[in-house]
Amino acid sequence: MSQLIYQLKLKKKAIFILGVVLSLLYIAPFLMVFLNSFKDKFEVILNPLNWPKVLSLYNYRQAWQEMNYVRSFLNSLVITTLSVGSLIVFSSMFAYFLQRNRNKFTKTTLFILVASMIVPFQALMIPFVAIYAQFVNLNNRLALIIFYQGFGVAMSTFLYHGFIAKVPREIDEAASVDGANDFVIFWRIIFPMLKPITATVAIVNTLWIWNDFLLPRLVLNQASQTLPLSTYGFYGQYVQEYGQLMAGLILAVIPIIFLFIFLQRKFISGISAGAVK
Amino acid sequence: MMLKNPLIKKYAYFGLIPSIFFLSILAYPFVQGAYLTFTNWNGFGYTKVIGFPNYLHAVQDPVFWSTIWFTVKFVIGSVIAVNAVAFGLALLVTSKLKSSNVFRTFFFIPNLIGGIALGVIWQFIFNNILTGLSHKFALPFFKSSLLGTTGGAYWALILVTVWQSSGYMMIIYITGLVSIDNEVLEAAKVDGASALRTLWNIKMPLMVQAFTISLFLTLRNGFMAYDVNLSLTGGGPFRTTELVSMHVYNEAFSYGHFGSGQAKAVIMFIFVALAALLQVGVSKRLEANS
Repeated sequence: MSQLIYQLKLKKKAIFILGVVLSLLYIAPFLMVFLNSFKDKFEVILNPLNWPKVLSLYNYRQAWQEMNYVRSFLNSLVITTLSVGSLIVFSSMFAYFLQRNRNKFTKTTLFILVASMIVPFQALMIPFVAIYAQFVNLNNRLALIIFYQGFGVAMSTFLYHGFIAKVPREIDEAASVDGANDFVIFWRIIFPMLKPITATVAIVNTLWIWNDFLLPRLVLNQASQTLPLSTYGFYGQYVQEYGQLMAGLILAVIPIIFLFIFLQRKFISGISAGAVK
Repeated sequence: MMLKNPLIKKYAYFGLIPSIFFLSILAYPFVQGAYLTFTNWNGFGYTKVIGFPNYLHAVQDPVFWSTIWFTVKFVIGSVIAVNAVAFGLALLVTSKLKSSNVFRTFFFIPNLIGGIALGVIWQFIFNNILTGLSHKFALPFFKSSLLGTTGGAYWALILVTVWQSSGYMMIIYITGLVSIDNEVLEAAKVDGASALRTLWNIKMPLMVQAFTISLFLTLRNGFMAYDVNLSLTGGGPFRTTELVSMHVYNEAFSYGHFGSGQAKAVIMFIFVALAALLQVGVSKRLEANS
């Protein structure tokens, strides 16, 4: 018996050590970037693995300026927040309508939305740019936010639809007997009950839009650059200035890591809720 | 009033705006794009329908075929590697360790970061850190950067993709694993089933849905991969590691081949759709059998 317990403990220890080693492997690249973000370019090339000789923030100051950090950060923030916010509003309402009025039209609509999720953006980006460049000045943050509605509405509506199906209709009916109209029923009563899936929709879309590169690259110019664009631009120009490049990378990844640290549980449970559909 | 029918009125309030967005931004360019491939479209306008020359041009391009082949290899490699690692991590994290939440956090973090930053980070790791380690400890491998050769760059792309997305897929597998009824597992234990047998015969069949979703997502991500490709290998050496997304992008926006570029995009879509339908079909059959 004690032999068995000993074996069990040993096994636990082995799993624990494996976990520690793997965790280190997963964050080692960040540590390497952080370590080298304080060095000048020669030190990076000669001793990439050593501690920096002097702790200077020079690289960070350079990267901060060259990446136009404040502006790109604010652009990313505004675009992501407004896009995700309106995706939540539009797709939750749309899903509510589709789920509560089941007929041929709504069923077909849902089917088309689900089917469209197979279409890769690359399959339509060329005509997309060609068509819209004729009508609107593409280089405009508002246009980008609207484009995200078009590309994101299918998946978000699908997620909401699955969740609303589990909200009993009796709730709507009771409220409508009390004389509330559809808007009031939805926003006052139904929407608050959708919180778990709203968290999922918010997280999945935030990760997508915050990090998206291809669409903003096609659409935005220098002045309205988002963080991924300015990271790439900085990388292209400063490919030899390793130390500054590393500082730029740290600056680029810090906001989303902070967000994650504060909302960790929500992130994990949100993705997990989106996975069971 | 046109809005007399209450259903139409409701639709106008609840569904009209998102429908317009969806139709004009996603559906119309997609359909119009497919149509344009049969015309003499040059990116600005077209004068007549010409049939298949754009597709002929696309399939006669040897670089396109090597791109397709490289993409298929990349998709197969990354789907297998990401899911194997993600499932392993999920097992590790659900093995009732006190520190499993911390592990889970570490495994998830790379997923927060966009492909561009990830690619640049790993280019530095491959070009400087690993070669530095190799020098320092006189290792027989990593003497020169993996990114210098096509074969090495292939594995580099797979490695970075695993590092990037295994944490996300891990969460899907964790969801599957914890949804299994504990009584079933207890019963298996009482019957004396080994851990491996329980995993293969009980746990995995009971969580086929998690596999369906994760396989679908990794498949789709694999075909669409662009950011990491751009910042890690840039398609080099000599355009040998260009995935299909980058190829299509360059065709249209670097070389100005709009017609044949879009034809290639349509071919890409057909690949994605077939692979996804096949995979989901097989998975659904497995779900029905389990």
